[in-house]
Amino acid sequence: MSEASETTIGSRIIVSVLGHDRVGIIAAVTNILAESNINILDISQTIIQEFFTMMLIADMGNSKIDLAELKDRLTKTGEELGLRIEAQHEDIFRYMHRI
Amino acid sequence: MLTIQEMFETIKMVQREHLDIRTITMGISLRDCAHSDVKIACQKIYDKITRLANKLVAVGDDLEREFGIPIVNKRISVTPLALVAEASETECYVEFARTLDRAAEAVGVNFIGGFSALVHKGFTNGDLKLLAAIPQALAETERVCASVNVATTKAGINMDAVWRMGQIVKETGERTAERDGLGCAKLVVFANVPEDNPFMAGAFHGVGEAECVINTGVSGPGAVRSAVEKVAGTDFGTLSEAIKKTAFKITRMGELVGRAAAERLQVPFGIVDVSLAPTPKVGDSVAEILEAMGLERCGTHGSTAALALLNDAVKKGGAMASSYVGGLSGAFIPVSEDAGMIRAVEDGALTLDKLEAMTCVCSVGLDMIAVPGSTSAETIAAIIADEVAIGVINQKTTAVRLIPAPGKNVGDFVEFGGLLGRAPVMAVNAFSSTEFVRRGGRIPAPIHSLRN
Repeated sequence: MSEASETTIGSRIIVSVLGHDRVGIIAAVTNILAESNINILDISQTIIQEFFTMMLIADMGNSKIDLAELKDRLTKTGEELGLRIEAQHEDIFRYMHRI
Repeated sequence: MLTIQEMFETIKMVQREHLDIRTITMGISLRDCAHSDVKIACQKIYDKITRLANKLVAVGDDLEREFGIPIVNKRISVTPLALVAEASETECYVEFARTLDRAAEAVGVNFIGGFSALVHKGFTNGDLKLLAAIPQALAETERVCASVNVATTKAGINMDAVWRMGQIVKETGERTAERDGLGCAKLVVFANVPEDNPFMAGAFHGVGEAECVINTGVSGPGAVRSAVEKVAGTDFGTLSEAIKKTAFKITRMGELVGRAAAERLQVPFGIVDVSLAPTPKVGDSVAEILEAMGLERCGTHGSTAALALLNDAVKKGGAMASSYVGGLSGAFIPVSEDAGMIRAVEDGALTLDKLEAMTCVCSVGLDMIAVPGSTSAETIAAIIADEVAIGVINQKTTAVRLIPAPGKNVGDFVEFGGLLGRAPVMAVNAFSSTEFVRRGGRIPAPIHSLRN
């Protein structure tokens, strides 16, 4: 994978959205991130095993809120839209799939 | 860059296949807490545990949130208490168990292991006092777990200790009769016990360990079963490879979380235990993995071979994923904590004898098995003797956690709830072993212990 600069290692998160596709999912999620000054590095979406799946990699280096608060906001929005939205530290994915 | 499929795989393992970190266990040495005055010794024990572990639960909860992976248990293991209590001038060690219980409650952990003695070659006075205190200690405390090592490949089997433990298991069941013998779920008899095991009820902090360490145990039977189902109909090489890869991924989680926890708690990282630990939840079962390999029910012919393949593949994958693998590190086959095992017993596919055979090829032993309350102490001791003999001869850890459930008979159920689950009462052999277990003395170490 492309190496992040030293300053961003440890502050990168992965936001995942799982559920049924509908209008406004990306807008809702990216709005929350923008409000909190969280920079989006990459975004992709696909259908896996009948699930609408969106993955978004973001950098919380200059974020105005911490991960716990971000998770709360995303969960709340997820409930409103009928989706499961999670934010997790990127390490958990890197550690599992990259040696 | 990570692919969306890889990210989805991780999320699916956690959300749908019950992948979790089963335990972060802090090992704490209590060797400096020994004192001739039991009150002072207990105060030192309480102070040390609450000082070192006061942030354990908070750190575990933080990591769970940040990584998005459940950390089911935060626990503590301590120096085998007999070694510490021995210096105190007292006849009754129950006070030490109460102290451990209070300390565990104060820091918010659900279990604390180490009310233990190592008696594989003989008893010290302190060992005898600790053993005598076990039934009362387990009946009076909530969180304390006890374990006794009665045999090693190097020393042979202390049959006096085996016979004594038969009596203690029986008494512990009777003292907790109103809860189906729950006390016995917190008591393990070992051969070749590991000193860095993070899993309860057999965890303690060994004498060769550092002052304080963090050990982790992972759990992922659901993820392994899903991988096995994906390669249905393929040959054994392909099957083994699929399990290895999944075990690698599971263990990486344990390594990451363990190292992060150790760093935040400012103590050294010890080991990852790569055991596959089931829970009573449907889909989180080791028995279901064996069934996914092509067995109609766990316990039928072929189960031992299937478990051998599973156990070996898990170790190979796990060993590559962690710098320090330790503890028990193999597939667990506890009956009450595994929905597939319970079903196999109910359907008549799985017997005590088959479970004993299966323990030859996996960790850790006859685990969480309920037997009739009428089972004699001699028979329990003989079951222990058989199981530790397997460990001693095969140079591996084996253990026995039997629950003689007072008032219950074959076909009844015992209910413990939570992670301990529920267990069908299983039949034991009706013929007597009394004369054998009462002979006394030691079974000598096997010839292959002479390796120097």
